[in-house]
Amino acid sequence: MTDRYPAYDVLAKRWTESWNEVTRKVIDRRLAVAREPRFFAASEWRTLGALCDRILPQPKDRPPVPLPAYVDQKIADGRLDGYRYAEIPPQGEAWRRGLAALEAASQEAHGSSFHALSGEQQDGLLQRMQHGDLTGEAWGDMPSKLFFEHRVIPDITHAYYAHPTAWNEIGFGGPASPRGYVRMGLDRRDPWEPVEATSGKEEPRARRKNSHVI
Amino acid sequence: MRDGRTPMSSDPFARPRAADGRAPDVFKRGGWVPMRQFSDDEAVDFVIVGTGAGGGPLLAGLAEGGFSVVGFDAGPYFRPLEDFASDEVEQEKLYWTDERVVDGTNPITMGGKNSGKAVGGSTVHFAMVSLRFRPEWFKSRSILGYGADWPLDWREMWDYYTRAEQALSISGPVSYPWGPKRPRYPYRAHELNGAAQLLARGAEALGIKWTPTPLATVSAPHGRSPPCVYRGFCRFGCSTNAKQSQLVTFIPRALRAGAEVRDLAMVGRIEMGPDGRVSGVHYQREGSWHFQKARNVVVAGYAIETPRLLLASATDRYPDGLANSSGLVGRYLMTQSNQAVFGVMQQEVRWNKGPPSLAITEHWNYDDHKDFAGGYCWMAQGPLPVEWVTVQTSARGLWGQALRDEMEKYNHQVGLKMVGEMLPDERNRVTLADEKDRYGLRVARVTYGWGDNDKSLIQHALGQMQLSLEAVGATDIFRQEDDTNHLAGTARMGDGPATSVVSADCRSWDIPNLWICDGSIFPTTGGVNPSLTITSIAMRTADRIRALAARGEL
Repeated sequence: MTDRYPAYDVLAKRWTESWNEVTRKVIDRRLAVAREPRFFAASEWRTLGALCDRILPQPKDRPPVPLPAYVDQKIADGRLDGYRYAEIPPQGEAWRRGLAALEAASQEAHGSSFHALSGEQQDGLLQRMQHGDLTGEAWGDMPSKLFFEHRVIPDITHAYYAHPTAWNEIGFGGPASPRGYVRMGLDRRDPWEPVEATSGKEEPRARRKNSHVI
Repeated sequence: MRDGRTPMSSDPFARPRAADGRAPDVFKRGGWVPMRQFSDDEAVDFVIVGTGAGGGPLLAGLAEGGFSVVGFDAGPYFRPLEDFASDEVEQEKLYWTDERVVDGTNPITMGGKNSGKAVGGSTVHFAMVSLRFRPEWFKSRSILGYGADWPLDWREMWDYYTRAEQALSISGPVSYPWGPKRPRYPYRAHELNGAAQLLARGAEALGIKWTPTPLATVSAPHGRSPPCVYRGFCRFGCSTNAKQSQLVTFIPRALRAGAEVRDLAMVGRIEMGPDGRVSGVHYQREGSWHFQKARNVVVAGYAIETPRLLLASATDRYPDGLANSSGLVGRYLMTQSNQAVFGVMQQEVRWNKGPPSLAITEHWNYDDHKDFAGGYCWMAQGPLPVEWVTVQTSARGLWGQALRDEMEKYNHQVGLKMVGEMLPDERNRVTLADEKDRYGLRVARVTYGWGDNDKSLIQHALGQMQLSLEAVGATDIFRQEDDTNHLAGTARMGDGPATSVVSADCRSWDIPNLWICDGSIFPTTGGVNPSLTITSIAMRTADRIRALAARGEL
């Protein structure tokens, strides 16, 4: 299927009453994230890039959301979650150890670096991590399952769904201050919300309407 | 408004805003209100540690009673009109995100759903759900046969609930379907969104009652608060001030009455005098430690920070921490079960519009034909994208293309989420870990496990919520089996010093001028959101302190 919300661009609302000044600043800063790592070393950065591509594969016909950059930024800025499982070290250390352990598992299973594996091979290793089946010295006392659930998944997926590109894909109205919404009930849409193309036939109409969603 | 026309505020984290005889006027861009200030050497009548649902009303009540009082908060003094973005990740700045260690058989996820670090505490980002306890819960051991009795009488609490609802301008239904009669809510109920309409349809199909949820966001102008505009970012801070948080209600009242607020001020230790009374608090502000003298100290930091501070204040004479002769400080921690059932509708729901929990059923809080103890309610849901991906990944283990495909159904999703009572268990507790935080203070270790009754209650609720979603024609239904939210316990109130930490007046049994006033004093947690009960108890405590002072019994 093509876009569910064709031609919808949440950034077109940037100068409307749905975006206050501080929201504009915050999103501008997010879009301008540094693409070079501050925390990760080059080898870790390669593994992380490959990992992000499997956790959230992105279409090739648009610029990708730079997921590794957001993971790096969170660690480098010291942005914490407010809690940590007793078995998991602090986030930077957990990421370093987890990526090294994933690389070691890849070498052991396939005799090759994780980033050089096929997508299928990479997914196979990630499934084993998700189920806690990756073990070995490189993990220390951090269970691979907890690393997957509490570092890999939230740090990558939160970054993606905090990005305007993702909001366009799922038809989220995005920032809403101070305008908010008026039409509240089922099957009601405010003119500043995107239109869904429910079938190929509906696509042109949705595309036309979405180019006026501001 | 275009660039340049909106004056941008300074960084709320850079340096304290409540200083130089003034505090932010939260209703006016760049505005200030006068604030009385006290010097560290002047023994104030009361220091209150924490300015949330417990500390806020107490700060106002004591200042209005003529006491000199300083409210400390570790978080910043936000200006909602200037500081609050419409953005989930940016607004994590409202949460307590400093390190805490969690363990046990069911470790608690800490963060946005159970903490706040701001003047106004977690009321700055709470979902505004403002419910009364079922009267029997104040005597759940005697009447219902589980948990523990409170030393409070529900009829007195009923009056304080009414006062709290007035003070917070609660919007709610004309008549509430459950429990003893209560006055109508001060503001009319909010319009239902699609998600709430589906809760209503489902409840009617099951033959149980539902109602628009009583909410602390105004449905018509109130003072300087405009009516709610249904942005749906309520849990990430209200940027219009429609939400009746402590920051825009009791705290401005407290300042007008002569209280001082100290923002970005982390209290690390309570000092004991040689006479067996507390003499003040050590706090860190602008990078250095200070000592504020006080005649009384009230700890109002909620169920993690309150026991952490009491335990960290141990001395040779009190090696197990202050107010802890019972050994119960930190014990009987409770969270609430917050499981959910989600499905997909053919219609567009667009559940992110409006407050997230616009409709509720409390049926199973008031029905006693169950084979487990305790009760629960459920409410409509409206998670924003980051919250929603957390559900999809944690409940279903999704990632890769499968995750992307599910996320695209966002505008058709519907959900019901419970707030369920978990039973007090002394093994669930807060202790101090060895590692230290950025203030150089030992971090809290939070240990938690669910009991058999908790699991039975959760399974019952999941079954009922699923029936409700099936009844409205939802498809692709799935359960979120592992989620919790609000906290309670760790300094329970009770009838005597052997079995509790504080009395009905929130006064510690061990140290007469040390008080605790927040959700940590709950002996049981009930099946509703706790904030209105915390606020009602804080209003009562202010009255009790005034009465005790008048009799010379402070």
